[in-house]
Amino acid sequence: MPQPVLDSASRSATSSHRILSYVDAVREATDLEMACDPAVIVFGLDVDDPKAIQGTVRGLLEKYGPERVFGTPLSEDAMTGTAVGMALAGLRPIHVHIRMDFLMLAMNQLVNVAAKCRYMYGGQVHVPLVVRAMIGKSWGQGAQHSQGLHSFFMHVPGLKVVAPSTPYDAKGCLSAAVRDDDPVIYVEHRLLHFQSGPVPPERYQVWPGKARITAKGNDLTIVGISYMQIECLRAQRLLARIGIHAEVIDPIWLSPLDIDTIAASVEKTGRLLVVDNGWTNCGAAAEIVAQIGEKLAPLRDLRLKRMGFAPVTCPTTPALEELFYPNARTIAAQARNLVEGAETGWLPEIPEELQTTAFKGPF
Amino acid sequence: MGVCEALEPGDVVFGYYRCHALYLAKGGDLRALVAELFGKATGCTKGKGGSMHLIDARRGVMGASAIVGTTIANAVGYAYAQKYCRRPNIVACFFGDGATEEGVFAESLNFAVLKKLPILFVCENNFYAIHTHQNKRQGLPDIRARAQAFGMRAERLDGNDIFELCRCSADAVRSIRAGQGPRFLEVTTYRWREHVGPGCDYHLGYRSEAEAQPWQDADPLRRLARLIDDQHRREMENEVEQEIADAFAFAEQSEFPSATELYTDVFKEEAHAAAGA
Repeated sequence: MPQPVLDSASRSATSSHRILSYVDAVREATDLEMACDPAVIVFGLDVDDPKAIQGTVRGLLEKYGPERVFGTPLSEDAMTGTAVGMALAGLRPIHVHIRMDFLMLAMNQLVNVAAKCRYMYGGQVHVPLVVRAMIGKSWGQGAQHSQGLHSFFMHVPGLKVVAPSTPYDAKGCLSAAVRDDDPVIYVEHRLLHFQSGPVPPERYQVWPGKARITAKGNDLTIVGISYMQIECLRAQRLLARIGIHAEVIDPIWLSPLDIDTIAASVEKTGRLLVVDNGWTNCGAAAEIVAQIGEKLAPLRDLRLKRMGFAPVTCPTTPALEELFYPNARTIAAQARNLVEGAETGWLPEIPEELQTTAFKGPF
Repeated sequence: MGVCEALEPGDVVFGYYRCHALYLAKGGDLRALVAELFGKATGCTKGKGGSMHLIDARRGVMGASAIVGTTIANAVGYAYAQKYCRRPNIVACFFGDGATEEGVFAESLNFAVLKKLPILFVCENNFYAIHTHQNKRQGLPDIRARAQAFGMRAERLDGNDIFELCRCSADAVRSIRAGQGPRFLEVTTYRWREHVGPGCDYHLGYRSEAEAQPWQDADPLRRLARLIDDQHRREMENEVEQEIADAFAFAEQSEFPSATELYTDVFKEEAHAAAGA
């Protein structure tokens, strides 16, 4: 079985040699936060069912009881409002959604209430709320189970957005999100659940403010968001084979965004490719490209490019779905075009060692 | 006012955009209210929330929303926390007849009953949402019946009868505090003036003066005032007028917030940065 692609990148962030899955990292972070603070509670559709949210809350019901770990009625709107009310009363709720698409039912409470409370009440109250939202892919997820809508939330002052791609960051960012005194949208890609990597056993936080350079290079900068970080690191290897050395960056926290780390890299490389797990129009990639353009265009020549979902609704058939998403091959191809400043027509094959086998379904 | 009479200082209320009376009835600071209307830094939200988002967290006034129905769920969440933390306090949540048409109303009542939460729902039914009568909006205008259908005790009463309101509220609050789960009051009342602003709006034609007259005749304030002897009443009125004059003077003398306030209170970090600056 091929080694998880992210191992070397994550190892630079930790000296731990204990290997954990992303799922277990999320579960461990939740467990540790609940153990040290009775204000932390977890709920959402199916949180107390036998599948335990893909295992991310397994064992917590038995350990902490049904007042702190519970499934909810199918009422995303009111349950989000309830979570806000709990947070106003001093709890630190974690509200779990097995699909990010369901957050569309909760937008009023997230955008009009959670994001606004601290400001519109003049700092009298705050909302320490974590909303875990999973993005689906493949196995027929289709139109309403596959959307990466993190940019919606990046748009709104008062909300923080994080999209960790490694087990190490999954644990550290969830702990940081729970400790944060303001609302955090915690974006998990379902395929990332199958990643493994080093995770220290103790409690630690990965706070907002620092993007991670996951591969060093001088020829171009590639920013990969959420699951696209995996595809970008695969693309980086494909590019290395033809002598193009990409610097790959994982922003981790999307809002607030560490634009300085990205800018420092692009100042060196002059070329930026941002690959998002969402649509490009008004998306996270558009924001990063715009900020880099504003910062660096006066200083040096730049070549900028966004990649993301095709500008259509996600289809279910693999024949079309394959074309909907960026992948290591198309990312590598666009990266080479950017470096050479011309359409090269190059589209590399994926070698055996870079193919994924971890996920076999079902969801 | 009648409901808040039954509450303890530690109890919590959530309101909606017509929240001024609720704010005062729960003990909210009058000076901070008027200063807020003036947009001054001494306002209850430093001039950032305005008339529709009054709050006085120390007095248990936990805010008000300009999105109809929104605070119902927030109140339910607060009640969950009260119960989970084994606090003795309850939550009262105020909303209008229009809010009962929002999905969040049904979802929130269901969860409150499911978890047997310490919360009193108070629907102020004034029969109009902006300019549209309840009969044009609700297939079953009996709001009490709809609340009952979720599995809680609900009553309908004349909101202009302050003593009946006090009695029903005290009874409901007692039962909620004893751990019997949520209760619901549908309280009928009437909006005298236009939806927004101090004027009359009979010229719009959606309602008549004749319809409004009986409600104005039954004004609970006048009814209450008639029960007090003249001298005592004059003393009270003078005291209140003085308090109001003081609040307006305070608001006028207060400063507008400084330009740096634009960027504070987005996140905790900004609050700290401002404090350190």
